[in-house]
Amino acid sequence: MRKVSLDKLDQLFAGIASREALYLPVDTAAGAKFERWAEGKQLSDALNTVRSPKDFFFPQTENLMDFKMEGKKIEIIDTRTESEDFVIFGVRGCDVKSFEVLDHVFLSEPADTYYKNRRDHATIVSMACLKPVETCFCGTFGIDASNPEGDIVCHKTADALYLDAKTEKGEKLLAALSDLTEEADAAPVEEQKALIKERLAKLPLADLKADAFGSGKTDEFFDAPEWKELSESCLGCGTCTFVCPTCQCYDIKDFNTGHGVKRFRCWDSCMYSEFTKMSAGQPRLTQLERFRQRFMHKLVYYPTNYDGLFSCVGCGRCVAKCPIQMNIVKVMKKLGGRANV
Amino acid sequence: MFDTKEPLIPSVGVVTDIRIDTPDVKTFRVVTPDGKKPFDHRPGQCAMLSIPGVGEAMFSITSSPTNTEFMEFSIKKCGCVTEWLHSMEPGQQITIRGPYGNAFPVDTEFAGHDMLFIAGGIGLAPLRSVINYCRHYRDRYGKIDIVYGSRSMQDLVDYKEIIEEWSKDEGVTVHLTIDREQPEWDGHVGFVPNFVKELGFSTDKIAILCGPPIMIKFTLAGLQELGFDKTQVYTTLELRMKCGIGKCGRCNVGSKYVCKDGPVFRCDQIDELPDEY
Amino acid sequence: MQEIKREILTAKAAELLENGTVTRVLGWKRGEFDYDVTPAVFESAAELEEGFVWNDFCGANFSKYLIKETAKGEGKVLVFLKPCDTYSFNQLLTEHRFDREKVYAVGVPCAGMLDISRIKESAEGVLAVRTEGDQVLVDTLYDGTLTLDRAELLPDRCKHCKSKKHVAYDELLGEEGEVLDSHRFDEVEALEKMTPDERFAFWQNELSRCIRCNACRDVCPACTCEKCVFDNPESGVENKAAATSFEEKMFHIIRAFHVVGRCTDCGECSRVCPQHIPLHLLNRKFIKDIDNFYGEYQAGAEVGSRAPIVNYTEGDLEPGEAVKRGETHA
Repeated sequence: MRKVSLDKLDQLFAGIASREALYLPVDTAAGAKFERWAEGKQLSDALNTVRSPKDFFFPQTENLMDFKMEGKKIEIIDTRTESEDFVIFGVRGCDVKSFEVLDHVFLSEPADTYYKNRRDHATIVSMACLKPVETCFCGTFGIDASNPEGDIVCHKTADALYLDAKTEKGEKLLAALSDLTEEADAAPVEEQKALIKERLAKLPLADLKADAFGSGKTDEFFDAPEWKELSESCLGCGTCTFVCPTCQCYDIKDFNTGHGVKRFRCWDSCMYSEFTKMSAGQPRLTQLERFRQRFMHKLVYYPTNYDGLFSCVGCGRCVAKCPIQMNIVKVMKKLGGRANV
Repeated sequence: MFDTKEPLIPSVGVVTDIRIDTPDVKTFRVVTPDGKKPFDHRPGQCAMLSIPGVGEAMFSITSSPTNTEFMEFSIKKCGCVTEWLHSMEPGQQITIRGPYGNAFPVDTEFAGHDMLFIAGGIGLAPLRSVINYCRHYRDRYGKIDIVYGSRSMQDLVDYKEIIEEWSKDEGVTVHLTIDREQPEWDGHVGFVPNFVKELGFSTDKIAILCGPPIMIKFTLAGLQELGFDKTQVYTTLELRMKCGIGKCGRCNVGSKYVCKDGPVFRCDQIDELPDEY
Repeated sequence: MQEIKREILTAKAAELLENGTVTRVLGWKRGEFDYDVTPAVFESAAELEEGFVWNDFCGANFSKYLIKETAKGEGKVLVFLKPCDTYSFNQLLTEHRFDREKVYAVGVPCAGMLDISRIKESAEGVLAVRTEGDQVLVDTLYDGTLTLDRAELLPDRCKHCKSKKHVAYDELLGEEGEVLDSHRFDEVEALEKMTPDERFAFWQNELSRCIRCNACRDVCPACTCEKCVFDNPESGVENKAAATSFEEKMFHIIRAFHVVGRCTDCGECSRVCPQHIPLHLLNRKFIKDIDNFYGEYQAGAEVGSRAPIVNYTEGDLEPGEAVKRGETHA
């Protein structure tokens, strides 16, 4: 366990940034946002960045490859470049877990090399949540906000930042920063963990349970009459999907620049009416089916494929951002309640 | 740079021959720029074809794996990519990646059995690969029946091959039908599901169905009436796909991804999926 | 808390259900917290009693929901409309988007809604929110009950409220208000005073945050096309994300153009934007220009009015003159 006093945080950031690119959440007029650190940028205390850190590995849009067309000939240009090494600092426990959820999809065979490239070059420095708020429910999915996962785990107290390396990558980074940090006693961290645990237990959503859902529960929930009421006022927009750290559906499209064709990937949403539309038909005709797909995927289909792991980390972004305030908490309470009857 | 192969990056393919099958179906022969078969595949598997700037789409590979010289795709005109393919001329390059999906269990569950292939319209395309595979390894299978129907005589895909090759094979029986009477047609007239019931097959076979959803539904019901169990019947599903490798989320039905866990499903496995295909 | 209490709304709704005037009620359903209320359809007094909410967070404009709800079949729908909602209501009637006969509209006065994101700037862990006069009391997880100035917590659209007067209803609860002098064009004027480069930089910065979730479009009462051009693969502009930095601006600018003369300035676009992009400013610029060039016009003020932009008259401004005046104004 190492520590650095808070008045020397800037030096720590400068130290990291001199080795590799450093990104951290900073406060902006439009909410907290991950930005590349530069002199003067302050670490935000916000729990949620408006956009989740999935952007680092799965950006909103990215160019996959280029094509040059000449007569009947096609040239395929591999535009991939090796990512630089980078550190994402201050990732909350929920968001760290979201990387694991994304990893299962993108790194399973055949691995997505665009994703893997960035993932391999990243070091994750996580931050415990001293003051979780009412929209937090990471505990529902077995995430401990007092002791998040990550290459290095941080606890910020009134006067110091404590850093504990958990992986080889983390140890390597921390070793390189040994001049800027000092050996620390773990007692203040243990004390903070206990305090956070106490706070987590008192959160309004602390009693939300996911037990009713999970692997193999398709038949139990698919035809539930509750979907009608739950989806009734859904606008069919993609807000929940795009602010969600674990939603990973994408589209691949071509863009003709006039000088050639760029094939790019962009986020897509199962909430969108044309997501599954084919020239031959549309298997999900109404918003009910699309809405159901998103939640069934998170609560049943994904856990079925990945050993019970849920594809929700309880970050609360959808709770805060849905234009009509419909969200996974309401879905779970309504359907979970039904299963318990 | 990257030494790992990226599954989303295709290779160049050359369309060397285009055969007009029906008014809206053409069969495209594809090889690599140096004239080889693009890659190996198993019967029932698919490939992603694209025209940069137009789009990419998934097609079942129509030619048999036993064909080591080229690959063929029978493609019906419907939508942007297929319209472009239909308008092009031989010599045109396209991009190709694959193979994707599971395959028909030709060397395991099918081995040693009598086979009953039932197709409607363009649904013959995915079956052609299996049929020709079974014909190639003729001694590994029992009797082969092929029931194939289309709107009209002109809409029968691969008609020439069916008449000149398949129906002349020892132990292969072809049963053709068209939806409505035509002056030059002296064969059976009527829809596939009824035709199957009329033919009344014995139930010691493995049946493979491919065609429009409505045909599959009624034919499966007909087969069950004849005494077939769902575990003896296989079909293929088609959903919108983008990545082909079970990641983009489009063809997700329940916990399955049609592009990677399908497109071939046994009918009892389909029952376990939510009704969204 | 609004001037009209929840009980008055539920009593009215129950009465109208009971006497057969309506068969369903559009309202807001209780959530986990005071601020996460969801639009819902209620069909009985018992359902109303159990879940109906009317509080400072019932901001959603229900006019657009009437299209879907009235199409469901027989029987009237009861809708509660705030003054600003009634403008959208009229505008949709002007565009023949729903059957007036299938709606029973009850006007409810509005003292301005609250913006939860503003509250959260000052309060960590919001457990409960209630208005007391000019103040808002917020129960929090860590700092007890905070007392905040209500005027500071209003969303932009309410800070610049254009009207407390209902322009459409079958029945009005409470007192009728007045059309207000809203100063709603102040922010537009500030933008007009910028140099073109500054203005470009302003919008570049704002619109670069867009995640193309389409919430602004999907909530907009003026966006009622059955198939949006941006959802149509045949259109060539269907991209769900910007392939270029030009394209992210194009979506919003095309959309603003498309609702010119029909946008009532209800502010739903900015309310729902997860990225806090002030989209209403694009629409207000158009409203201000129409006012300047063709005389004052408020979309939805009455049913059947023709927006100047689709109503040719011989006295219309020549395009060249419009450009000139636009420039001198800047």
